[in-house]
Amino acid sequence: MAQDTVVPPESTPRALDREDERLAAPPQTLMDGVRASLARARGGDLGVIPVVAGIVVIWTVFQVLNPVFLSSTNLVNLAFDMVPVGMIALGIVWVLLVGQIDLSVGSVSGVSAALMATVLVLDEQPLVLALGASILLGVVVGWAYGQIFNRAGVPSFVISLAGLLAFLGVQLWILRGQNAINLEYDSALVSFAQLWFVPAPLAYVLAVLAAGGLLAVSASRARRRHAAGLSAPSMRYLVTRSVLLLVVLAFVVSYLGRTRGLPWMFVFFVGVVLVMHYVLTRTAFGRSVYAVGGNAEAARRAGINVRRVYTTAFVMCSTLAAVGGVLAASRLAAANQSTGTADVNLNAIAAAVIGGVSLFGGRGTAFAALLGIVVIQSISSGLTLLNLDSSYRFMVTGVVLLLAVALDSVARRSRMASGRA
Amino acid sequence: MSAPVAERATPADAAGPPLLSLQGISKNFGAVAALTDIDLDVRAGEVVAIVGDNGAGKSTLVKVLAGVHPATQGRVLVDGEEVTLGSPVAAQRLGIATVFQDLALCENLDVTANLFLGHEIRPFALDDVAMEVRSWELLKELSARLPQLTLPVASLSGGQRQTVAIARSLLGDPRVIVLDEPTAALGVAQTAEVLNLVERLRERGLGVVMISHNMEDVRAVADRVAVLRLGRNNGEFDAQAASSEEIVAAITGASDNVVSRRSARRSAAAGDATGTPGATGAADAAPTLEKKEEEH
Ligand SMILES: Nc1ncnc2c1ncn2[C@@H]1O[C@H](COP(=O)(O)OP(=O)(O)OP(=O)(O)O)[C@@H](O)[C@H]1O
Ligand SMILES: [Mg+2]
Repeated sequence: MAQDTVVPPESTPRALDREDERLAAPPQTLMDGVRASLARARGGDLGVIPVVAGIVVIWTVFQVLNPVFLSSTNLVNLAFDMVPVGMIALGIVWVLLVGQIDLSVGSVSGVSAALMATVLVLDEQPLVLALGASILLGVVVGWAYGQIFNRAGVPSFVISLAGLLAFLGVQLWILRGQNAINLEYDSALVSFAQLWFVPAPLAYVLAVLAAGGLLAVSASRARRRHAAGLSAPSMRYLVTRSVLLLVVLAFVVSYLGRTRGLPWMFVFFVGVVLVMHYVLTRTAFGRSVYAVGGNAEAARRAGINVRRVYTTAFVMCSTLAAVGGVLAASRLAAANQSTGTADVNLNAIAAAVIGGVSLFGGRGTAFAALLGIVVIQSISSGLTLLNLDSSYRFMVTGVVLLLAVALDSVARRSRMASGRA
Repeated sequence: MSAPVAERATPADAAGPPLLSLQGISKNFGAVAALTDIDLDVRAGEVVAIVGDNGAGKSTLVKVLAGVHPATQGRVLVDGEEVTLGSPVAAQRLGIATVFQDLALCENLDVTANLFLGHEIRPFALDDVAMEVRSWELLKELSARLPQLTLPVASLSGGQRQTVAIARSLLGDPRVIVLDEPTAALGVAQTAEVLNLVERLRERGLGVVMISHNMEDVRAVADRVAVLRLGRNNGEFDAQAASSEEIVAAITGASDNVVSRRSARRSAAAGDATGTPGATGAADAAPTLEKKEEEH
């Protein structure tokens, strides 16, 4: 969503949105675009800069400490491991955008995993039924949160804290005293989470489709803007951007292809992120999500059904948590008592915040979940490679989370100072 | 002031039922009776100013009109037909657009998104281009000076925000516009812009309800002045004929002071005061104020 725009050639009259003489000269090239977003960052509109910088730093440090870190094998593992919690983080993005929180996503994912495993393995029901039960669970939980929140006005913090404990109990109850329910190794779920890779040629096709899709969408948008007399990014800029994306994607595909390749599960996650991004930015409903997060009363007065927006956000969050739970169980080939416990909750929330979703509501994108989980999972993987146990992981992740939240608060303050609060 | 009285388009009075009519509106917040038995008529092409002290219930009345706080009691008529203002959407459908005192903008969204919030242009996906073009047209009509529409509203100046809020209310082709203190916190030039806008809206034949603490602004654009005091009607005045002192007396309820007695004597002598003691319950209405029957 680059805002780097370029005026039409001087011969044509000024674009409708470029008439004000106070406007600074718009960027012409990719470099100008980078400079413009740095300027926005100074104004407190950080965008993806901190998280991308964070990834670079973290990867460099771990690579220096242990050269295995950036190996193809490890990155393939990383691509697998980040998906379950990444999916949960994507749900967290929804509740944070409307200015709420859900602390129970870990427990809900645990219940979902236990339910799926019970239906699939103990009750020997078909996979579709097991998945359906888990997703339905997520929907019902989110809907219930929405009702309690809307009707009783209980803060989401409290509702989900109660849910955190209650669903932990439900998880243990569903498992009926067993430590774990193992999934069959050759089942579709386990294969999806451990063995299925996109064939190399298809992976390249996907990369081309992604870059081509970006170009097609942005070029048609630019054409429509131009036709309507608005300023539009130059074709050169759009092509450069898409080619750059193609190069990056092709490199990723070829690098991962040196060992096992691009996991389908990761492609699935990115696909869900893209769909969410579309819903949030390109539909009226997505707009109302941001509006409620920015100023719920203003949204209500604009005729938006604020309660429905809250309920939908809670439902999206719990449902994605349920999906994350199923994926976690698949990755582990088992649903056990500790699925979704420990740091899953906080990692998911941390990922969303680190990715740039504001805790104050109304700011952030679906891509935050992807970028944030890369940070979290990189730390976890790097420390594991250094043979440091979870005590270090907790501490480091805690510090990174604090940094991210502090950055959010500082950015908010500088937005206020520069009038963009 | 901006336009001499004689040149004013006269309100389309007496022709049919008023565009908007409130009858016996009451609004309670728990034990607090914010509004009691309010009557108010707004005709097409007429600017009605509502004045009153802080906490008199002006904003509450605005919210009743906007469907934000449905009235506890009373009837609302649009074109003589009873309607229910149960929700913001209902009010908008009836052609009542509102600019709230607190503006009610989403600071995290850009100007275009705020203008179209709740009625985005879309076949399925949002049509940004159409919305931005329409936004520029609309803002140009208001001679607004906004450099860019893609910045969050938070980065706009107070006057620019006010303009956005007003532009927002014009989008749905409303018939009645309710402005809650549209000139509060505005500079001299911006205030004049808003007053010009109010006059243009009247010329277009819209009914305008304007709330203001500024007597000068009120007398500059209003046709009628309705006074609220402690949540009740406390007199209605012809904006041009009534003196500021009379209106102030009705606002403060300080009926028995030198200023009010003087102005009452003078207006009685001039015979041009058209104020009425609004609701019968206005116990503290100025007894010494000379008031005539409302309908003429
Ligand atoms: N949501 C609410 N809940 C409870 N009481 C309210 C609410 N809104 C307004 N009131 C009360 O109703 C009365 C009228 O308030 P209102 O905001 O309408 O005053 P106002 O005339 O607009 O004042 P101002 O000139 O300061 O804007 C006040 O006593 C206020 O405390
Ligand atoms: Mg008020």
